[in-house]
Amino acid sequence: MKEAQEFVWMGAIPLQIHLHESEVTTVPPPPPALILAPRIGYLPLLLPLIKPYFSSTLPPGVDTVWFEYKGLPLKWYIPTGVLFDLLCAEPERPWNLTIHFRGYPSHLLIPCEGEDSVKWNFINSLKEADYIINGNCKNVMHMSQSDQLELWNSVVNANLEAFIRSSSKLKSGTIEDDYASKSSLSSQKSQKMIGEADTSVQTKTGKVPVRLYVWNVSEDFGDMEDAPPIDSWDRISYVNRPLEIHREEGKCFTLHDAIKTLLPELFGKKRKPKGEGNISQPLETGSTADDDPEIKLLRIQGIEPKLETPISWVANHLRHPENFLHVCVYIKVPSAKSL
Amino acid sequence: MNESAWDGTLSASEFSASAQAFAEKWKLNNPAYPPWTWVKSLEVPIFATNQQVEEGYLSLENVCIVKSNDDEVASCVEGEASLYDKEDEESTDSATLPYYFDFHIIYSASFRVPVLYFRAYCSDGRSLGLNEIESVLPANSAKVLLESKWTFITQEEHPYLNRPWCKLHPCGSSDWMKLLFQAVEKVDRPAMELYLVSWFSVVGPVIGLGIPIQMLKEP
Repeated sequence: MKEAQEFVWMGAIPLQIHLHESEVTTVPPPPPALILAPRIGYLPLLLPLIKPYFSSTLPPGVDTVWFEYKGLPLKWYIPTGVLFDLLCAEPERPWNLTIHFRGYPSHLLIPCEGEDSVKWNFINSLKEADYIINGNCKNVMHMSQSDQLELWNSVVNANLEAFIRSSSKLKSGTIEDDYASKSSLSSQKSQKMIGEADTSVQTKTGKVPVRLYVWNVSEDFGDMEDAPPIDSWDRISYVNRPLEIHREEGKCFTLHDAIKTLLPELFGKKRKPKGEGNISQPLETGSTADDDPEIKLLRIQGIEPKLETPISWVANHLRHPENFLHVCVYIKVPSAKSL
Repeated sequence: MNESAWDGTLSASEFSASAQAFAEKWKLNNPAYPPWTWVKSLEVPIFATNQQVEEGYLSLENVCIVKSNDDEVASCVEGEASLYDKEDEESTDSATLPYYFDFHIIYSASFRVPVLYFRAYCSDGRSLGLNEIESVLPANSAKVLLESKWTFITQEEHPYLNRPWCKLHPCGSSDWMKLLFQAVEKVDRPAMELYLVSWFSVVGPVIGLGIPIQMLKEP
């Protein structure tokens, strides 16, 4: 478990950040800033590292910082690694982003007033995850201000050791703690995880916090390089629903099952579950699966786990510090979907 | 439903049913207002082809709210602004100019309660910032917002529309809904169709929308 956490916390995206040409007042223009951004972090937190590169060339005025990738303003509250996994079908290294210090698109993006906005957003997500896992926000609400700050700072600095120390004060707000110490309390809901996994997603509510970013790719593409770029957030469907795990004897609830459960509108109920356990490959294109959507790509923390991976493993090992599992998925839905 | 005490929350399908009941009662008892409409949520464009999409939200748009002199908010229906004397409008400051509000009641799958999203704009279409909106809210409401741990407003992204909206926070909703039902209805578990009516009786006044007493009674 510790290795997986280290893998996640040490993950970083090399960024090459260019100042938008409209804000360059010097000749020659400043070179781009090269920054290594933690995957689990957020773009606005990088500002102290970036600003020195450009401060001497900015036009006069107040800074209202925002980032953009190929014309798409970036949502600052989505972790950097998730943005990268979603927007770069073919990973671009370094990832070329444009930074703006003026002209905040407030009709599109919610305001960001520096680190406080990001922290507030993080704590709220932590509360939401707490509610999903425990049925209440008590664990987070009972944390003192200084403990919350300590937790937040460990995220800002991508300091796993500090995070582990701070989150122990969350009092079994994490998924594995529930399993390890409280299985006796969840008598009504306790169902042993069969197969795999020394760690189980045994939560009081049986639910896992997940955030899904779905892109419906209408044209088929073979190579990731040919994937059409995302030019608007309206093309991405953001699904923020808790995942309910349905455990059956002798069967493993896989990542694939999880996606289908989270997107019932796509993976309709018309397929009869005859031996669900042997769905071990990506959707086959023959027989009853003709109408079903095809998962072209699924990325979590920059990796593409096999769809048969138990969801408990995925959730426990690949979640973000606020306890959400962020999943980017490219789906191709057949154009004529009949009912 | 189950033997344990009700926790103040409701399921997605209970929300849909309750929304319908709420909209019907509103139409019946609040004829001065436009009706609430049910908007199917089409998170992914391809969902539009799936007739079985039940998920949606309640929408009430273009509600004109004018702040009158005695600090109470009067609401009017768009197009009926002529009820207010034109002379009065000209002689007052910008805080009393009519603002238009859009309200969406959206189900939160995480918290299992309804959440109120809203936005406001001027007659020229300009969106209002959070501070401006708070200045239009009833004085009581502003005080409530400041002091209450249950209700506060933040700017967040609309779950479906990809735009910044204002949100009245859901954390704690289940607590006061539970108390409300126990106190008022004297039952441990309510008839779920009444959930939204009761919920709105608390939430509505915060943003200046009253609810006629008839709506709270059983039909």
